[in-house]
Amino acid sequence: MKWKRLTRNKPMMIGGGLIALLLAFMVTSLFYTPYAPNEMNTEMRLSPPQADYWWGTDNFGRDIFSRIMEGAQTAFLIGFSSVAIGLVFGLAIGALAGYAGGWLDEVLMRVIDAKLAFPGILLAIMLVTVFGPGLGNTIAALGVMSIPAFARIARGGFIQYKEFTFVKAATARGAGPLRIVFLHILPNISSPLIVTASLRFSGSILAEAGLSYLGLGVQPPDPSWGRMLSEAQPFIANAPWYVLITGAVITTMVLGFNLLGDGIRDAYDNKG
Amino acid sequence: MRFYIRKLASLGSTVLLVSVITFLVFQVLPGDPAEIVLGVDADPHQLAELRQTMGLDRPAAERYWTWVKDTSAGDFGQSLRYHRSVADIVAERLPVTVSLAILSLGLTLLIGIPLGVYIARRDGKLSSLLLSAFTQLGLAVPSFWLAFILILVFSVTFKWFPTYGYVPWSENPAQAFRSLFLPSLALAVPGIAVVIRYLRNTLLDQLRMDYVRTARSKGLRDRIVLYRHILRNSLVPVLTIVGLLIADTLGGSIVVENVFALPGLGNLLITSIGTRDLPLLQTMVLYIAVIVVCINFIVDILYRVIDPRIRLKR
Repeated sequence: MKWKRLTRNKPMMIGGGLIALLLAFMVTSLFYTPYAPNEMNTEMRLSPPQADYWWGTDNFGRDIFSRIMEGAQTAFLIGFSSVAIGLVFGLAIGALAGYAGGWLDEVLMRVIDAKLAFPGILLAIMLVTVFGPGLGNTIAALGVMSIPAFARIARGGFIQYKEFTFVKAATARGAGPLRIVFLHILPNISSPLIVTASLRFSGSILAEAGLSYLGLGVQPPDPSWGRMLSEAQPFIANAPWYVLITGAVITTMVLGFNLLGDGIRDAYDNKG
Repeated sequence: MRFYIRKLASLGSTVLLVSVITFLVFQVLPGDPAEIVLGVDADPHQLAELRQTMGLDRPAAERYWTWVKDTSAGDFGQSLRYHRSVADIVAERLPVTVSLAILSLGLTLLIGIPLGVYIARRDGKLSSLLLSAFTQLGLAVPSFWLAFILILVFSVTFKWFPTYGYVPWSENPAQAFRSLFLPSLALAVPGIAVVIRYLRNTLLDQLRMDYVRTARSKGLRDRIVLYRHILRNSLVPVLTIVGLLIADTLGGSIVVENVFALPGLGNLLITSIGTRDLPLLQTMVLYIAVIVVCINFIVDILYRVIDPRIRLKR
């Protein structure tokens, strides 16, 4: 019954399909790429897509297809790790705020809301400026950017379910705060958390692309789609495929996670 | 009245909090800000000198207080790299970013509202399919990649717009508009997607309201009901997302200004990261954050002024 409702949900199926495709791409790249991603073939610089080079070559004659495959590893790594950071810290802060209430709640939520004042990737830019660019710092900065969304859901869930009889009953039986959070409240807010995780995943991918484009994100030799775009920009007139393909792959990934998130939300909303 | 006082107090505390966060990130988190500016293997003598200039020999709390005091008095400090007052440098760059934001917000509303209404009027299968396709794509596309595509189509192929660069309004308004059009369009697309989605949902919600039935039953034509009654009520909620849209535009302009080499705040921000100009960076970030907070404050107030129901509710 449940499965049927999910498969009928078109956005989710399309989103899930796109992600599965990219995931397969990423996993394959761990074992096999048509060319070594850094192999330069100077005679084939900026060649358009053809039988030997499906997506053409870049300004060093490197195979764009292989490089994008390798870049998928970074994209999934960044999306997954930053969402994990946001989820863990967001849950902790949100649960604390919701559980404590009063002034602590007020202060924590104020700080969380202050994030809205730093639009787009500004917060990540600030952190990366101070700590330096690179894969690890990019993940940390994007993780921090994701904390507020999770914190708000955790807090909301906590305040809502705190008053429910089953939670009160558990408290009366002597369950501690951790038990309440993990066993009783978390399962009930898992749907909005999954939706947020999916949407934050795509948010991180977009932000990483922007940061790396500006030279503030992932640094060589780590592969990155965003940096490929900034490398492709000067050749936009003579090698448009380089820019078009790289951006289209980023868009596909973001689209996939957005659709998945929206789809899960719809499936969840229509429950009643 | 009490509402306004409360809102004003909340504005004040948010600005204060934002300044604390900015200060913490740039002055406390790095440990030694002078080292950030000069690099880890800098000459110790130079480091000591810079610490003196930046006042790093004093405790952080004291430095924060001086910074807040000076900033609120209009003294934004000196840029390390340009050896000029930060206020002057920012004032030079601000018009570009503000023009970009206004133009992009204008495009967002001019394109988003009619499309939203159109889609809601003919809520058929095909149109809603196209709509979801467009809005989902609009939200998924990195704005700077969209900027590349616009450059490729309109600058490289058709040569209608310049590829990059900026001409000040005072010099040549037509050229200024041409240099800002593509960047603002690139910035506007996600916003357009948001407005269409939001407006369509609000319109469809409003359609089910009693006042619509009343207006219809007294014989008003559908068009009049739509434009005079429903649209008016639907635009109020749209106003609430304008604050978010402006914030998004400012955030997006950091990247897009760099694509088009527009000499705005976003461009300055990235340049000063390259030159490690910490005082300039710190002030610029605070500047952007305060603008965002103030815009949200204004939107909050406007929302209340426009819609009397909200005013009377509490």
